[in-house]
Amino acid sequence: MKRLKLEEAILPPVVALLVALLVGDVLILSFGQSPAAVYRQLLEGTWGNAYGFGQVLYKATTLTFTGLSVALALRAGLFNIGAESQLAAGGFAAAIVGLALPVGLPALLVLPLYVLAAGLAGAVVGGIPGLLKARFGAHEVITTIMLNFIVLALLNYLISTRFKVHDTLHTAEIKSGALPRLSDFAAPFHGSAANTVLVLALFVAAASWWFLFRTRAGFELRAVGLQPPAAENAGVNVPGTWWRAMALAGMIAGIGGLNYVLGYKHYYEEGFSAGAGFLGIAVALVGRSHPVGVVIAAVLFATLSQGGLAVNALVPKQMVDVLQAVVIISMATAVPEVRRVLREAGSAKREARTAWPPPRSPLPASRFPQ
Amino acid sequence: MIAFLAQTLRIAMPYLFASAGGVVSERAGLIGLTLEGYMLIAAFCAALGSYFGGNPWLGVLAGIGGGAAAGLLYGLCCIRYRANQVVVGIAINLFAIGITRFLLRLTFGSSSNSPRLPGFIESGTGFSALARNPLVWLGVLALPLVGWMLYRTPFGLRMRAVGEHPAAALSVGVPVHRIRWLAVALSGALAGLGGAYLALDQHQFTDQMTAGRGFIALAATIFGRWDPVRVALACLLFAAAETLQIQLQGAQLVPSQFVEMIPYLLTIIALAGVVARAVPPAALGKVNE
Repeated sequence: MKRLKLEEAILPPVVALLVALLVGDVLILSFGQSPAAVYRQLLEGTWGNAYGFGQVLYKATTLTFTGLSVALALRAGLFNIGAESQLAAGGFAAAIVGLALPVGLPALLVLPLYVLAAGLAGAVVGGIPGLLKARFGAHEVITTIMLNFIVLALLNYLISTRFKVHDTLHTAEIKSGALPRLSDFAAPFHGSAANTVLVLALFVAAASWWFLFRTRAGFELRAVGLQPPAAENAGVNVPGTWWRAMALAGMIAGIGGLNYVLGYKHYYEEGFSAGAGFLGIAVALVGRSHPVGVVIAAVLFATLSQGGLAVNALVPKQMVDVLQAVVIISMATAVPEVRRVLREAGSAKREARTAWPPPRSPLPASRFPQ
Repeated sequence: MIAFLAQTLRIAMPYLFASAGGVVSERAGLIGLTLEGYMLIAAFCAALGSYFGGNPWLGVLAGIGGGAAAGLLYGLCCIRYRANQVVVGIAINLFAIGITRFLLRLTFGSSSNSPRLPGFIESGTGFSALARNPLVWLGVLALPLVGWMLYRTPFGLRMRAVGEHPAAALSVGVPVHRIRWLAVALSGALAGLGGAYLALDQHQFTDQMTAGRGFIALAATIFGRWDPVRVALACLLFAAAETLQIQLQGAQLVPSQFVEMIPYLLTIIALAGVVARAVPPAALGKVNE
């Protein structure tokens, strides 16, 4: 399969970031602040100290999971808009399992159990739209959006009627298998939410890469994403690949729920996903649906999210919400445009090469002494 | 019973406007994921217009303008630059949340709501109060007018052609791009009226005040199978379920969360086609070359 040309992969994110910087300038100036000062504050508050950096790592962890989830579905030609509810369902399932476990079991022993529970819940939520698409042809964009509302309402019902601690919207704390935070190993991270689920995120990213590019199933999945009829002719079960890809995408997003439930708060709280599922779409898009790109894009978007808090004293933190949206819009717009421009430039070059008589050499004449 | 019907109509109003926008957009081949964003931006613009202009009509005009501008942004990305409609649609919704919050801080110095705005009616919830709100009349007429346009005018015929088979439309000389541009602007303006209705009805703009209504309108558009009459009935059905839930709140018969699910569940069932399959316009979401 053809690989993306380097410039075709790099140019759109660069364009998107430039547009976002420009819009950011306008917003900052409208609040009467200096853009340079705000951007400096944004960088210092995120990468400039260990606490801020730890928060970036924590947010990037969740975004890596949801970004990988969206990216994997995209590789199969499907839009997974449901990462938001898959993430929440995964976190909820992990919390319920945690509440049922006896107190004080070691993390390594029960971790597989948590991963299984969160992954399974996410896979069910993701698999339903997959099955509806495979069996009835129902468009996965609409069904995943609708399922977001349904699942979140269901979780809200379960929490508010059964599992909540009085006067809160979260479950009781789980006492078994909580994972260590980074600050347990490196004191400067103290107070930040970064935790060892980070390692799990990188492992899942590596596993996704291996699955997509080194296994037969991954090859079939990409073939279905590129050209379903061609894949079908080659003997790939297209509907089967669709629902398996959606279930897998849901599983990855579901495991992402562990970052909050197991690594940070040790309980499930209503609304903890807080848009991370939707930002996963942005992460997958900017990361060009490649696991390495997804990890980089997750760090970028996490930096923006945390940076909003860092600059809140100067400009409203909602500025970064606008910037994140601008990055997505300009990225989505730049991708087809860059491809078109590069193709046209490419075909012009080809024409020049094959034209006869050949066009004048663009090199200066002095290099060819008469 | 009268009170029930009046409340249903009142709740249905934003759905009627926004799903009219949804029908126009989707019939021309552009996915209506952006309705939520149009409404939110328009609600904020309506608040600005009504507050600083001191007249609800200026709010309505600003709402229409804001919604249409958001629609044109969608058109710029997806018609002119052929960007993916799903991605841009989701992003426009995120943009709407962010920009209205930012501007709320900038103009009203608040992170939650605007000051009280002049509206059309000051108090009352019955039919007599509704009848004094000119937007209600407009809302009742929105979907029938869209239906008349789609099925009785040359423009509507062209729009349906563009949504079903743009290549064929192009081959007989229909200006596909121009029709799509008009469709997104009209769709934004209609959904914008829904946003303006919300802000003026509640006499203020509050953060994220559309609260998923744009998606319910999208659900109504799909559940009504893109046919204006059926879509209007779907809006009324969803609104009636909500009203029932509000009025039965004391009785605790069905948890409110399950009532919330009704529009979404019905839409999924309609799409999966167990009873009568909802088949979208053939070129929906496809980029026209």
